[in-house]
Amino acid sequence: MNPGPLVFLATFFALATSWLGFVVMPQLQIGRQQQVEIKDTGEMYPARRPGLAKQGEEVYRANGCYYCHSQQVRPLGFGTDVARGWGARPSPVQSVAQDYLYDQPVMLGSQRVGPDLTNIGLRQTNEVWLLSHLYNPQLTSKGSTMPPYPFLFMKSKLALGEKPSPNAVFVVNGPKENYEILPTDKAKALVAYLGSLHSEAIVFETPPFPSTNAPAASTNAPVIATATNSVPTNSPAK
Amino acid sequence: MSATISPSQSISTGSPQAVPEISAAEIDASCRAPVMLLFLSAAGWVLASSFFGIIASLKFHKPVMLADYSWLTYGRVHPAASNALVYGFGLQAGLGVLLWLVAHLGRTKLASAPLVIAGWLFWNVGVTLGILGIIGGDSTGYEMLELPRYASVPMFFGYLGIGLAGMLTFHQRRERELYISQWFLLAALFWFPWIYSSANLLLVAKPVRGVMQAVIDAWYANNLTTVWFGLVGLGAAFYLIPKITKRPLASHYLGLFTFWTLIIFGSWSRVPAGAPVPAWLPALSTFAAVLTLVPILAVAVNVKQTLCGYSGSEGCNPALKFIAFGMAAYVLSGLMSVGASLGRVSKITNFTWFVPAQMQLVIYGFFAMTMFGAIYYIVPKLTQREFCKPKMVAAHFWLAMLGIVLYAAPLAIGGVKQGLALNDAKTPFLDVVTGTLPFLRASTTGDLLMAVGHLIFLMNLAGLLVKLGHASYKTAMSLNTKAAGVAS
Repeated sequence: MNPGPLVFLATFFALATSWLGFVVMPQLQIGRQQQVEIKDTGEMYPARRPGLAKQGEEVYRANGCYYCHSQQVRPLGFGTDVARGWGARPSPVQSVAQDYLYDQPVMLGSQRVGPDLTNIGLRQTNEVWLLSHLYNPQLTSKGSTMPPYPFLFMKSKLALGEKPSPNAVFVVNGPKENYEILPTDKAKALVAYLGSLHSEAIVFETPPFPSTNAPAASTNAPVIATATNSVPTNSPAK
Repeated sequence: MSATISPSQSISTGSPQAVPEISAAEIDASCRAPVMLLFLSAAGWVLASSFFGIIASLKFHKPVMLADYSWLTYGRVHPAASNALVYGFGLQAGLGVLLWLVAHLGRTKLASAPLVIAGWLFWNVGVTLGILGIIGGDSTGYEMLELPRYASVPMFFGYLGIGLAGMLTFHQRRERELYISQWFLLAALFWFPWIYSSANLLLVAKPVRGVMQAVIDAWYANNLTTVWFGLVGLGAAFYLIPKITKRPLASHYLGLFTFWTLIIFGSWSRVPAGAPVPAWLPALSTFAAVLTLVPILAVAVNVKQTLCGYSGSEGCNPALKFIAFGMAAYVLSGLMSVGASLGRVSKITNFTWFVPAQMQLVIYGFFAMTMFGAIYYIVPKLTQREFCKPKMVAAHFWLAMLGIVLYAAPLAIGGVKQGLALNDAKTPFLDVVTGTLPFLRASTTGDLLMAVGHLIFLMNLAGLLVKLGHASYKTAMSLNTKAAGVAS
């Protein structure tokens, strides 16, 4: 007997089963998800990213930010994601498949060398803070292990008495020369992308806590407020 | 019959048969150029991987180091290192070993060597473009599949060329009975083009929407590391361990059992618990991951019984040392993976350095070490020369072994510590991160040792080639002078 075809069939059978189970089946289940309307606000969720944030997603991908930052808040009871203020949903369930509908590529991340960024757009709304943090993390978060990204910025000399550009992240008045740090288009796009990262809307898969559900329909607005208040603006969970 | 066939039988020349025998030397001669090319470029890539890995590692000593250049940022050199290791070294070394084994086990010459050489060229052009692409910011953004489209297309066709040559060699085999290794290697030949084309079509060419991307990426990465590396590494080990120790594999049926359980359970795991996907996916994944205990234990028993009581006249055989270490790492990394998939443990290890430690133990500790051993066994036969400096082969073994231990152990321990600290909400996040730094810095030692090992590896191979080139130059010269003598 020639066992060659048997090996081939065994391989085909095993791989086909795995492919059907882990590629085709989940694709049938969640591959055709659509935007949903949020009951309270009537907005469609998730929103498509505006152009600049979309470009920022490319910067995030190109520089591999996701090797250190996850974008995935695990449910209540799984780790301390909620206690650390990374979640923004008033629900025991946090990140769900619906949140990633328009991410291209989806960068869930597999490491937490830095904090989770699922809701960084709610946690840190100060763009200058974010730009300074990218230029040199030590300026905003002393002791941070994040590398600086000076290549996302331009250093521009200032002549004596010249006014700094309104876009300058900050101005350095040195003993010999004055200069300003300007964000490149990439830095601006990246900050716009970070600002677009938020998933606080209550959707079908994330039932709200029973207690908050009881007093009529809770809107999203107070939710955002509590989420931002839980972390002081200038010292986000680094 | 097939149950008791052993490689020493199947290779031994001289058993009278109707078909004219092809000697082992002839088979080696047919493999020489293509397989040596695959091995040499693999050795080059593993050294390149070390280079990128050390740069990535330095960032944990001083974040500002080399920060001024976008192409040296952590998020680029880290994937460059892992892709150079997996695609530059892993796939090429694996395919070289696979071709040689398929030819020898089938007692036939390698079919269509030009196809392999063309495939080798496509593959290396692809990997080079891809690594440069990642460094330049063109990574696809999917872990383990970062190489951009302009790299993966030539790589895919390169694989098809090499794979086709492997299939043809298998098809024209003169030994019809199959040895256990052939099951593993044949399955591996089919496995890669399916998963690679599927993942590239659904993630890069025509991306599926939303979190399905993460599911397919996890499926692909698991199939590559657990199944493909598993099949090739175990296939090689089940041939080479009996061959070197001159004892038959303890159990042929246990080997077959390993094959079936590995391809069935191994291909279902590694969707992490807590991921934002339908709950049945991680649940099924965990179930399958626990079942991979079966092939892991089957390998442990089979290898242990084969080696049991082996005193070793060949005791200092460096190839056997590499492979034995590889098998130990296979069992250990398998147990770590099963542990990390269990509910309670996964709550600690998820998102920590424990996961990359386990991954590196599979890719390097198990697969790369087994391949080093196989290459050290095969290359002297291909070139019909012994290594000039056996001590340097031993040095490579000790550097690689200490290197991977000093790399993986601190990360695994640091990862558990990190996970426990992360789960304590009272520990500030920055303290959790800085708590991992001593472990990360310790693992740099491992990176450095492995890098020196890779340099020695490349020098060992190159040294042999120089010796071979020198000898063939001499014979050519002497033929020349003879011819000249005749002419005059």
